[in-house]
Amino acid sequence: MTETVLTPPSERAARKAAPGEARAPRRSGRRRIALPYLLLLPALLLELLVHLVPMLMGITMSFRELTQFYIRNWSEAPWSGLDNFTVAIDFDAPVGQALFKSFLTTCLFTVLSVGLCWLLGTAAAVFLQENFRGRGFLRTLFLVPYALPVYAAVITWAFMFQRDNGIINHVLHDQLGIGDSPAFWLIGDNSFWALLVVSVWKGWPFAFLTVMAGLQNIPRDMYEAAALDGAGVWKQIRHITLPSLRPVNQVLVLVLFLWTFNDFNTPFVLFGKAAPEAADLISLHIYQSSFQTWNFGTGSAMSVLLLLFLLVVTGVYLLLTTRGRKATDV
Amino acid sequence: MRRIRVAAVGAVTLSLVLTAAACGGGSTGGSGSNEQPRTLTYWASNQGASIEVDKKVLQPELDKFEKQTGIKVKLEVVPWADLLNRILTATTSGQGPDILNIGNTWSASLQSTGALLPWDAKNLEAIGGKDRFVESALGSTGAPGQDPAAVPLYSMAYALYYNKKMFKDAGITKPPATWDELIATGKKISKDGKWGIGVEGSNLSNNIHQVFVLGKQHGADFFTADGKADFTSDGAVAAVKQYVDLMAAQKITGPGNAEYAQNQSLSDFAKNKTGMVLWQTASATFKAQGMKDDEWGVAPAPVPSGQPGAGRQTNSMVAGINLAVFKNTKNIDGALKFVKFMTSDDEQKTLNKAYGSIPPVKTAQQDPAFSDPALAVLRDTLATSAAALPQVPEESQFETVVGTAVKELFADAAAGRAVTTESVRAKLEKAQQQMPKK
Repeated sequence: MTETVLTPPSERAARKAAPGEARAPRRSGRRRIALPYLLLLPALLLELLVHLVPMLMGITMSFRELTQFYIRNWSEAPWSGLDNFTVAIDFDAPVGQALFKSFLTTCLFTVLSVGLCWLLGTAAAVFLQENFRGRGFLRTLFLVPYALPVYAAVITWAFMFQRDNGIINHVLHDQLGIGDSPAFWLIGDNSFWALLVVSVWKGWPFAFLTVMAGLQNIPRDMYEAAALDGAGVWKQIRHITLPSLRPVNQVLVLVLFLWTFNDFNTPFVLFGKAAPEAADLISLHIYQSSFQTWNFGTGSAMSVLLLLFLLVVTGVYLLLTTRGRKATDV
Repeated sequence: MRRIRVAAVGAVTLSLVLTAAACGGGSTGGSGSNEQPRTLTYWASNQGASIEVDKKVLQPELDKFEKQTGIKVKLEVVPWADLLNRILTATTSGQGPDILNIGNTWSASLQSTGALLPWDAKNLEAIGGKDRFVESALGSTGAPGQDPAAVPLYSMAYALYYNKKMFKDAGITKPPATWDELIATGKKISKDGKWGIGVEGSNLSNNIHQVFVLGKQHGADFFTADGKADFTSDGAVAAVKQYVDLMAAQKITGPGNAEYAQNQSLSDFAKNKTGMVLWQTASATFKAQGMKDDEWGVAPAPVPSGQPGAGRQTNSMVAGINLAVFKNTKNIDGALKFVKFMTSDDEQKTLNKAYGSIPPVKTAQQDPAFSDPALAVLRDTLATSAAALPQVPEESQFETVVGTAVKELFADAAAGRAVTTESVRAKLEKAQQQMPKK
């Protein structure tokens, strides 16, 4: 009878006075608590099925020596303890070294890509807040990269980045005369910048869309009041727009971060199976370490490490930003 | 309340059923049955100029098979970029085709997964016996000492294709037979935006085929006799360096070739921008690129000196496609019948003619159609101077890691960085460390 213990004494006294009356509201209260959970249950179970079961299988695989000899019946693969993890994080050995390098590349890439996506998206959304002719057209145009199928869009970029026949070199080298000889974009060190360009091109419309939606919630009279007090455009952006967008940005940056850090399609379509070292993003690297070399145990261990890292980053991020928000709310 | 409870129970049940279904996809571990004797699913590799071309070539033959046996064959032509992953997925899930084409270099790797039906004496007898096939083609059907994992379907070999117009313009009268001659010829052609020889620097498999042959010429194999990776021997380093040096040191290959992976070198060849390519059965592609048959010539791929032959005079890998039966097939008798049909003399002639390849079946090879000059070069190469890639389980990892190393070296060469014996050795060292420990 834990409920009785938890019930405040005043209520207990009331119930003693009129037992029949007190029961009815209590039961409906319990039902009210149960209902949302019951309604959520199917979704929760499907979520378990679609996401958690494969994740648990992946985690199981990371503790097994799952090579080509066992993929046909992987429940027979021998357990290997922490061997796969040791290989992945042994930074003195080539596999660990390559993974760490790929991790650093991905970090740098993510910071740049998310930063640029956010900056472009926010700038465009703020400028398109003013009412002018052609605004609807521009808003639609800006969303095109987001609406295109990833594969088709990126393969077009791959053609454009070709050294000898691509339009990028045609413009940069043949027409503008930059550089002594046409640059390579799909191999070598420049591939990092090629990847960044495509990633920002593909990602910023989402930032634009989200910030645009967020802007609609800022009351116009705040700007009018600020204008009356003599605040210029920059001051308005700094003191009204950005603080009001804070909750939107909190989610936006997190989502962009997760998408970019995990992006597989863009580098895979752009570079094929073997990405150049300069653009060796972690998800492609893990694919190479498992699918290409048929060592699914090590690949799973790397994926688990990636999952842990992303969980920690997300947790810390949410903790910091929410705490900061609460502080400003007070 | 009751309704909610019912809904909840329903949801839980549904989820559990789905979970069970999802987990139940694993392989049964059995080795074929005859549950579905009326149908077969066939994954064909992309042999013609396009998937559509392949469908046009294969469908009439499959109809013929249906008329003979009453078995309907569902055809899917799988592009090369997807084929190996599709096979791996089929292996893991146990849900695959009944019959499939595999690149013959994958034979030992796929054999080790246990996904393919072993061709023991009984199965081979069902298709007319092992002796019907050419010896060299049988050398690429699985690890030595084990029952083959597949049977040869199409055979191909590397040869030197040269652009007759560009040779004439440069005053060259005959195709080079040795590497020294090839470099001299290439230097004559390489000027004014034209280049001597094309490579596909970002195509990992092609890189492997080329450095494997050069390795043979330097007396090096990439695996030791007991199957351990051996990428850093002097011969292997020299072979890789010699190949990359076509661009880095000799400068008879255009730097842009470093990023080629989609047969762009053949387009360059057809556009009179590149004088030579080392390729397997390129004739169909040249035709698709708009070249007439008399605009290109074909000669044996170069050797260090003298005539092509065995050992250090090797000038091609044994290239080709094998036909395999998926162990989990539900129509094993039908699958054997289909393999027998595809390796019959008539089908071998029809299909190999359509694809410009050589039949690995001895009797079909006698057909005069395979004696025209272009095909004769390929046939003689296969018979006398081609070697099979290492038949070890790790072959497909070898293609990835060493192929990537060569790709990175080409990228260095294209960027104007020096390619030295040390830098080649370092890349190969890194590749070897990525191989699974034995």
